[in-house]
Amino acid sequence: MPKRDDLKRILVIGSGPIVIGQACEFDYSGTQAVKALRSEGIEVVLVNSNPATIMTDPELADRTYIEPLTVEFLELIIERDRPDAVLPTVGGQTALNLTLALHQEGILKKYNVEMIGASAEAIIIAEDREQFKDAMIEIGLDVPHSIIVSSINEAKSFARHNGYPIIVRPSFTLGGTGGGIAYNSDEYDEIIHRGLALSPVHQVLVEESLLGWKEFELEVMRDRHDNFVVVCSIENFDSIGVHTGDSLTVAPAQTLTDKEYQRMRDAAAAIMRRVKVDTGGSNVQFAVDPKTGRLVVIEMNPRVSRSSALASKATGFPIAKIAAKLAIGYTLDEIPNDITQKTPAAFEPVIDYVVTKIPKFAFEKFPETDSTLGIQMRSVGEVMAIGRTFKESLFKALRSLEAVSPFRPEDLSREKLSASLARPNENRLRFIVLALEQGWSIEEINRLTNIDPWFLDQIDQFAALQRQIRGKKLKSLNEDEFVLAKEYGFSDRRIAYLTGSEEEDVRKYRHSLNIRPVYKRVDTCAGEFESFTPYLYSTYEREDESDVRTSKKIMILGSGPNRIGQGIEFDYCCCHASFALRDEGIESIMVNCNPETVSTDYDTSDRLYFEPLTLEDVLEIYENERPDGVIVQFGGQTPLKLTMPLARAGVPIMGTPPESVDLAEDRERFAEFLNKLDIRQPAHTLARSQEEADEAVKKLGYPLLLRPSYVLGGRGMAIVYGQKRLHKYLKSAFDSAPGQAVLIDKFLEDAVEFDVDAVSDGIDCVIAGVMQHIEEAGVHSGDSSSVLPTFMIEKRLLDEIRSVTKRLAKELKVVGMMNIQYAVAQGELYVLEVNPRASRTVPYVAKSTGVPLAKIATRLMLGRTLKELGITDDLQVSRYFVKTPVFPFVKFPGVDPKLSPEMRSTGEVMGIGDDFGTAFYKAQLAAGLKLPSSGAILISVNDLDKKGALAVARRFQSLGFKLLATTGTADFLNDMGVETESVKKVSEGRPNFADVIKNGQVDLIINTPLGEASFRDGWAIRTAALQHNVPFITTISGAVAAVEAVVALRQNHMKVVSLQELHEAG
Amino acid sequence: MLIKTNQPVKIIKKSVDARLVLEDGTVFAGRRFGALVDTDGEVVFNTALTGYQEILTDPSYAGQMVVMTYPQIGNYGISDEDFESRKLFLSALIVKENSRIASNWRSDYSLDDYLKAKGIPGLEGLDTRMLVRHLRTKGAMRGVIGGIDVSIDVLLNRAKSVPPMAGRDLAITVTKGQRFAWNEDIAGINGQWKQQDLFAKKPESKYHVVAVDYGVKWNILRCLINVGCRVTVVPATTTADEIIALKPSGLLLSNGPGDPDPLQYSVDNIRQLLGKIPIFGICLGHQLLGLAAGGKTYKLKFGHRGGNHPIIDLQTRKVEITSHNHGFAVDADSLPKDRVEITHVNLNDQTVEGLRLTDVPAFSVQYHPEAAPGPHDAHYLFNRFTDLMREFQSQQ
Repeated sequence: MPKRDDLKRILVIGSGPIVIGQACEFDYSGTQAVKALRSEGIEVVLVNSNPATIMTDPELADRTYIEPLTVEFLELIIERDRPDAVLPTVGGQTALNLTLALHQEGILKKYNVEMIGASAEAIIIAEDREQFKDAMIEIGLDVPHSIIVSSINEAKSFARHNGYPIIVRPSFTLGGTGGGIAYNSDEYDEIIHRGLALSPVHQVLVEESLLGWKEFELEVMRDRHDNFVVVCSIENFDSIGVHTGDSLTVAPAQTLTDKEYQRMRDAAAAIMRRVKVDTGGSNVQFAVDPKTGRLVVIEMNPRVSRSSALASKATGFPIAKIAAKLAIGYTLDEIPNDITQKTPAAFEPVIDYVVTKIPKFAFEKFPETDSTLGIQMRSVGEVMAIGRTFKESLFKALRSLEAVSPFRPEDLSREKLSASLARPNENRLRFIVLALEQGWSIEEINRLTNIDPWFLDQIDQFAALQRQIRGKKLKSLNEDEFVLAKEYGFSDRRIAYLTGSEEEDVRKYRHSLNIRPVYKRVDTCAGEFESFTPYLYSTYEREDESDVRTSKKIMILGSGPNRIGQGIEFDYCCCHASFALRDEGIESIMVNCNPETVSTDYDTSDRLYFEPLTLEDVLEIYENERPDGVIVQFGGQTPLKLTMPLARAGVPIMGTPPESVDLAEDRERFAEFLNKLDIRQPAHTLARSQEEADEAVKKLGYPLLLRPSYVLGGRGMAIVYGQKRLHKYLKSAFDSAPGQAVLIDKFLEDAVEFDVDAVSDGIDCVIAGVMQHIEEAGVHSGDSSSVLPTFMIEKRLLDEIRSVTKRLAKELKVVGMMNIQYAVAQGELYVLEVNPRASRTVPYVAKSTGVPLAKIATRLMLGRTLKELGITDDLQVSRYFVKTPVFPFVKFPGVDPKLSPEMRSTGEVMGIGDDFGTAFYKAQLAAGLKLPSSGAILISVNDLDKKGALAVARRFQSLGFKLLATTGTADFLNDMGVETESVKKVSEGRPNFADVIKNGQVDLIINTPLGEASFRDGWAIRTAALQHNVPFITTISGAVAAVEAVVALRQNHMKVVSLQELHEAG
Repeated sequence: MLIKTNQPVKIIKKSVDARLVLEDGTVFAGRRFGALVDTDGEVVFNTALTGYQEILTDPSYAGQMVVMTYPQIGNYGISDEDFESRKLFLSALIVKENSRIASNWRSDYSLDDYLKAKGIPGLEGLDTRMLVRHLRTKGAMRGVIGGIDVSIDVLLNRAKSVPPMAGRDLAITVTKGQRFAWNEDIAGINGQWKQQDLFAKKPESKYHVVAVDYGVKWNILRCLINVGCRVTVVPATTTADEIIALKPSGLLLSNGPGDPDPLQYSVDNIRQLLGKIPIFGICLGHQLLGLAAGGKTYKLKFGHRGGNHPIIDLQTRKVEITSHNHGFAVDADSLPKDRVEITHVNLNDQTVEGLRLTDVPAFSVQYHPEAAPGPHDAHYLFNRFTDLMREFQSQQ
C-alpha cells in the first residue's frame, strides 16, 4: 500500500518543555518524524513551546511555531495553516492529550483535520484505565485486579477486599504524577487525596500490588495492512514497584524462554489490534510473577515513548521515522532498513550485544524529599551503554553516569546494608556489588531486592573479580586478569582505585600489554547482513569493524545524561556542530551516551560512537579515529572538564585554547585575571575553615553568596543573611567535601542579572544576545525567566556589557561560543561568571535572532572568521522573546518551590510577542502558569518587598482585581490606601489562606520568602498553590512582569507567528 | 527455578582450552563447556534471541555446529517442557558466554549440565560476532573443535575431511526408526504443563495426518493436534503404499537436516502420493515437494537460521515474521510454471519460501509455522492444511 496522496500538509505537535517523564526523547522522535514526512514531499507545520529543541530549528519544518501547547493556540495555528492531518504520536503524552482535547472540542472537525498515527478511539482505550482493562479481559488477557475510584470511600472499600499494599495511579497525569504505593491505610488516604486532586478528571486507579514481580516491555509497530513487528524487548532489572523510567533496564529480555516471550509477543499483537493502533509504534508493559509465570498486562502507550527511543538506539531501528511513514500510508515492507539498505523494515531486529539503561537522579537538589524510588518517575535523565555482555554494558553504563565522586560505601553494617538493599534507591546497584563482594548469597539479595538471580549472578562475577583485584599491585595483574577485567567492564579508574594507583598508570600499563578496545557495529541484524552505518560501540574482543577513514574529520563530545543544569540545550549545540561539519564537507564523529538525544541518532553525524564520556573512553576513540580536532565546548560541563586532561594527552582541542578554559574554571585564578583587567566583580574571598569565613564576613558583610568550588547548575549554592546559616552551610560543605574551599561572594541585593551569549573568532567578537533576567539576582540564571531584548537598562550599562564582553573574548582568546553572566547593582556593572563554552541559552538566542549560533561557532573553530561569514554587527531581534523555566516540584512532595541560587528547573519554554507583556504571558502559559485576566490575588510578602508589592497591588487593583493579603501585608496595603482583605496565616488559626486557596477563591498568588520566622507559612502557601494548581509568583520582579502580561492579555488578541515569517521579515 | 550459586570461587581468569578451526584455516580460541569432547561439523549461525533449547533439540541441526549470535546463552536453563525431539542431533553449541546459573520458574537443568548429560560439547568465550561475519562473508563452512594441545594443522586437516553437507542424506540418521502415534507422553510431559495455557486447547480430532519424520520437530505435531488432527508419525523411508494403507486424511512432510537432493526415495514416494492425499510440506518437506513437482534445490551461502525473517504471502500481501532453519532452498526458476505457484517469498533475499501445486492439493513452506522457537505468525498454515483436507474429503 503506497503513500496516501491526500495528505499534503501535516501538523506535528512537540512535547513542550523538558519535564520529568518527558525529555529530549521527544525531540529525537519529533525530529525524525518531521524529516521523514518532508522527505516524502509533505509540508510540515510544527508546534512546540520548547526553543531548545532541534525540531524547532527553522530549517527542519516548513512552518515552525514556538507557541504555548494549549487548545487555544493550537486552534490559531490550525486556522491559519489548515493542515490536512495532525500527527499526535511523536510528542509524548502532551501531544496526545492536546490532540484529544482538540478532537473533543470539535476543533479538528471544524477545520477538517484528520488524526493520523492514532485515532481518538485508540487513545481513549489506551489511556482510560477502565476501558483498557475491559478491553484486555475481552481479548482473554490477564490484568491486575483494580477499580477506578473518584472518592475516598470507594477507595476504602477496595482496600478492605484486597488488603495492602495497594498501588494508586491518578488518571491522565504525566509520568504517574501523584501516584504511589500505600502500605497502610494512613498512606493510602494521603495518596488518594493527592491523586484525586491532581487528576484532571478527578479519578484514580487503585490496584492489586504486583510488587516483586518481573517487569517487561515490548516496543512494537503495526501498519495498516495489519503487519506487526516487535522492535525490541526490554527487561527491567528492578522489579515492579519502581517506575520503568526510574528502573535500570536491559535489552533484550534476558530471562524469558521462547515460549514465554512468544506468549508476550502474541499478547502485544492482540493488544495493538484491540486498541486499534492501525499505524505506528506502541509500548506495551507486562508483569510476570517469578514464581508461577502468570503474565499480566500493565499498560500500553499508543505512541512513541521514552522506551521506544531507547529501543531505537538499542537496535538501530528508527521507530519514530518508520511510525511517521506508516502514518501516511506506507506499509512496513515498503520501507527499507537504512542500516542494511537491502532488507525491508518489515522484520524484527536482532542484536548481538546487551544494552543497559541507567536513570540519572537529582535528589541532591531536593534534600527534603524521600529518595526511595517508587511508581512516580523522578529521574531527570538516563544513560545507555552497549557491551557484548551484560556485565560490560552494565558497568559501562554506570561510568557513563558521571558520578561526581565514586560511590564506594565500604563500611556499612550488615543491618544497614540489608536495609539499603531492600529499599529501592538510586545507589542500590552499588550496594549489591558491595554485598556480593562481602560474600552475601544471591538468594539473600534476591529475597531483599526481588531482582532476578540471573542479574545478580552476573554482578557476582564482577564482584568476585573486584575482590580478587582489590589490594593487588597494578603491575602484579597478569594479562589474562587484566583482559578479563576489561571484558567485565572495569574502568581504568576503578582498577586504579582497587590497586591504589593512578588512572594514567593503569592506562599506560594496559597499553603496554596491548589491551585495547575494538569497535563493533549496531546493525539491526546481529551481523547477518552488511551494515552501511558506522554506529559503533567498544568492547574487548578480537575484530574491529570501525573501518576508520582518512578524510578530514572532527570529533564532537556530547553532554551525556540529562540532568538539572545540563540538558537538551547542549545536545542542540552538538547536533548543530555536526550539521556545520557536514556543510563544510568534514566528517563528523559524535560521542555520547544519552539515548534520548538527537545527537545519538545514527544519521545525525557521519559516525556515532555510543560510548561513556570519560577520559578513558574518549581517549581510546580518539586514538582509534585520530581526528583533526575535538570539539569540547558544546556539550556543557561534561566535555569541558575533559579539556585539560585531553590536551595534556596530546588531543587537539578545537577553538578556545584549553588554558583559557582552565582559567575560567578556576575561580580564584579567574578573579585575579579580572582584577588585572580592572573588570568589576562582586567582592569575594574563599574559606577553608569557619574561622577564615568569619574573618571574611568582617570585610564583606552580609548577605553572602556561598558555593562550593565545584559547581554545576548552582549545585550547593546558597545566600545567607546571618552567622547561624553561614555556619550551618559551612559545616555541611566541609563535611561533604573535606579540603575543598567554599567560595564566598558579597551578594548583590536588588541587582538585575544579564546573560550574554557571544561568538568570537579570536579577534572579532559578535554579541548574539543580551538577555535580561526577570527575577532578581540570587535566583539561579537557569531558574529565572529572561527576556530578549533587554528592557529597563541604561544605554551606558548596555554599552559597558558589550565592551566588557568583547574584551574578555579577546583576552581569553575565545574561538567559538562564550557566555557571560553580569549583574547590575546600584548602577554598577559586575561580572558574575564567564563560561568559554556554549551556554544553556544558545538555542533560545538562536531561535530569537534567526541566526544559527552553534553552527557559526563551529565554523569559527574550523578557522573561518566572522568577517568571512558576514557576521560583523551584534545581532538584533524584531520582537520580544521571553524564556521561562519549568520546575519539577510536584514530583517532590515536601520540597519548597521558592526560587533560589540552587537550580532546580528541568526545562524551558519561550513566548514570542510584539510587546513584553504578550511574550511574558505566552511564556508563562506555555510553562503551565495561566495568568488570570480578572479575579482575586493573594499577596504575602516580606518587609523588604512591601514597597514593591504596593506598586504591583495598585496596578492589579486598577485592573479590577480583588486583593487579599496576609495580615502584615494587608495592614501595610490598607495603610497605603489600597483596599485589601486580610487573610489569616496558618499560624494565626482558621480560616487561613490555605483554606482560601483550597476553596478556589484565589486566582493568583504573589508570595516572596517571608524569612526564617514565617518560613512555615511561606512554605504552606506555596505548597497549597502547587497542589491546587493556582499560579504563584515568588519574586516582586516576577509580579511586575505578570502585571504587564495581564494588561497585554486584556488588550490584545493573541496571535501566533512562525519562525520562518519572523526571520524572513527581520 | 534452578539457581546454582555460592560455588567456592576459584581464581577467576580468562582461560582458553579449546579451538575452533575452520576449513579455511581461521582459528578461534575459546573455553569448553558441556561435554568435554572434540567434534566436527558444518558451522552455521542462528540469530534468534530466545529459544536455544528448541534449537538444540531440533533434529534439522544434525551434523552442524550452531553459533548463537546472541551473546548470553543459558540464562533460563533447560525446561522439560520445551524439547523439540527425543535427543540432541547437533555437533556443538558455540556461544559468547554460557550462563553459570539458570533462572526461570520452569527451569529444570542448567544448559551446561544438560549438554554434559547429552554428550554434546559447547564452546564459549570467543568473538562470535567475528565468526558470524566471517561465515556471512565466506559462507557456511566445515570446522572442528579440538583441544589447544592439538596442533592447528591437525585440526585443519580434520576440518577439511568433514563430509560436506551437499549430497548427504542426514534425514536417515535422525528419523525415528518406527511408526508411532503422537501424544505428549512421548515428550515426557503427560499433559502436565506448568504453563497452563500452553497447548491447553485440545479440540476433537477430525483428521488423521500421517507425518513423515525426516527429523520432525514435536511442535509440528502439537500444532496439528491443536487444529483437530490425530497424528501418526512414520519413518522417512516409509513407502507410498504403506502410507496409503494408513488411510490418512493428509500427509505432512516434516522438516529435517541437510540436503534434500539425496532423498530420491522420498521424492518418488511423494510423486506417487500427489493427488491422492492433501500434502503439507515444511522446510525439508517443502524442498522435497519442490523436487517432486519437478524443481531443483541449491545450497544457500550461509542459510537462514533465526526467528525474524519477513515472509510475504503473495496472495494477501501480508507479511509474517517467521522462524527459519535451512541451508538449502528451492530454485524459483526451476519450478514448472504450469504446475507450481510460488506463494511466499522472503523479503530479505527474495528466495522461495512457499509453493502450491495448482493441479493437486499440495502446498509447502520453507520456514517453520510451528515456530518453537520463534513467532507464531504462520500458525494459520495449519488451518490452511485442515481446510485443504476438508475440501479434499468433500470432493471424494
